[in-house]
Amino acid sequence: MYDSKYSAVSEEHKKFLMNNKRKNSAIGLSRFIILILLFFLWETAASKEWIDPFIMSQPSRIIKTIVIMSKDGSLFMHTGITVYETIIGFVSGTVIGTLVAIALWWSDFLAKVLDPYLVVLNALPKTALGPIILVWIGGTTKSIVVMALLLSIVVTIINVFTGFSNCDEDKIKLLKTFGANKRQILRKVVFPAGIPTIISTLKINVGLSLVGVIVGEFLVSKAGLGHLIIYGGQVFKMDLVMTSVLILAIVAAILYLSVLWIEKKVLKMM
Amino acid sequence: MEKVVEIIDVSMNYHTLDGETKAIQKLNLEVLNGEFVSVVGPSGCGKSTLLSLISGILRPSAGKILINGKEVQGPSASVGYMLQKDHLFEWRTIAKNITIGLEIQGKLNKETQASIEKLLKEYGLYEFRNHYPRQLSGGMRQRAALIRTLATKPDILLLDEPFSALDYQTRIAISEEVWLILKKERKTAILVTHDLAEAISMSDRIMVLSKRPAEIKSIHEISLTCSNKTPITCREAPEFRFYFPTIWKELDVHV
Repeated sequence: MYDSKYSAVSEEHKKFLMNNKRKNSAIGLSRFIILILLFFLWETAASKEWIDPFIMSQPSRIIKTIVIMSKDGSLFMHTGITVYETIIGFVSGTVIGTLVAIALWWSDFLAKVLDPYLVVLNALPKTALGPIILVWIGGTTKSIVVMALLLSIVVTIINVFTGFSNCDEDKIKLLKTFGANKRQILRKVVFPAGIPTIISTLKINVGLSLVGVIVGEFLVSKAGLGHLIIYGGQVFKMDLVMTSVLILAIVAAILYLSVLWIEKKVLKMM
Repeated sequence: MEKVVEIIDVSMNYHTLDGETKAIQKLNLEVLNGEFVSVVGPSGCGKSTLLSLISGILRPSAGKILINGKEVQGPSASVGYMLQKDHLFEWRTIAKNITIGLEIQGKLNKETQASIEKLLKEYGLYEFRNHYPRQLSGGMRQRAALIRTLATKPDILLLDEPFSALDYQTRIAISEEVWLILKKERKTAILVTHDLAEAISMSDRIMVLSKRPAEIKSIHEISLTCSNKTPITCREAPEFRFYFPTIWKELDVHV
């Protein structure tokens, strides 16, 4: 594995690397072509009126909408709000969820008592609680953030607690032989060993929080991409709906990739 | 010589919902200062339980254990424990792994840091102090685990099959090395092992345990005639061939 660093690369190895590179660029190119083809088909189908552009919208109309909304700044405002709410939701969901998981790890009794409640809460579609939250907290950003938090917190608790519980018993035994107390066991082994689990939960939470935010924005409907989608649907502005969905897809991808990047950085540091 | 470990009428029972398991029954043993004692016995006979009791992470159901004349009430700094695997923490460097015991006991200071540096230099890990465990070979990792145990300056080392996760050659080399280190640091050691040859080559005495509940079946004083006594040279001693079948018979292995 390290040979290539020290000696000249052999012809055979060069060939292998070249083949690998070629294969990767073929994959990338195919992905790009599919995307272009889809948009091209959509555009032609709409302009030739095979499909009704009023209902189906059209890539050129989407671009037009983006340009208009960029000019008046509303695109950035709505996207920014959605991103902001999502980040607050999933960061607080992860932090609070992890804290609860720590409490459950600390007290076996508490964990056993709360187990059936967690199972039911996990199975319950949290979006069903939307109207209740709206009534209790009111039609503000707060409701949307709570919605996002609610979607991610239960999964976080369950995953992180499982991660903590799966910590190698012998590693804990090792610390016990040095006379470690419970707090030291948590700080020195259980928590650091659980960090990869927490990060992988973060990946799940990004998606879930985004669901929570969009549902929240559907209900509260003042601003954000969710609001644009609902509003566009109500007034039959499909261009606006499609634009918002497209932006949402990009936002979701960027958020997910950011978490992947954080994961890489953190795991490297460990 | 003074007694370092005294095990007096110790019994240990495990309780589960399925019932009660008697792991150890009325066991008595004395270990002298600087002695190397091995414990062998059939699988699952309670050998590891015995070490956990001596280290104080388990309390016996009956009887008592004295270390340097004082009854064991919980884990103490005078006992070091080496487990089957090295259990180095992947997220800590070698140096940070080695100081974990001192961190826990609140004894990490300039003085102990200096003594750890000395240990690292002496046992060839100094250049690797800022490496992570995954960058080290199995043998080096086990050596790091030993230094981690020695860092808290225990008088007695409990070795719970510390070489069993290593491949055969590394195992022989590391057991030789560990033995030399323990002799040099003048530590008392109790080794639990499945490997009879390992036990015979390293020990002053071998204790054979019965099936569960564990009782002492016999104790063998090992005296091997070999010049420059170390585990590897001991394997060549003429008496080696005598001890092996004698103890093997006592283990009463049926497959």
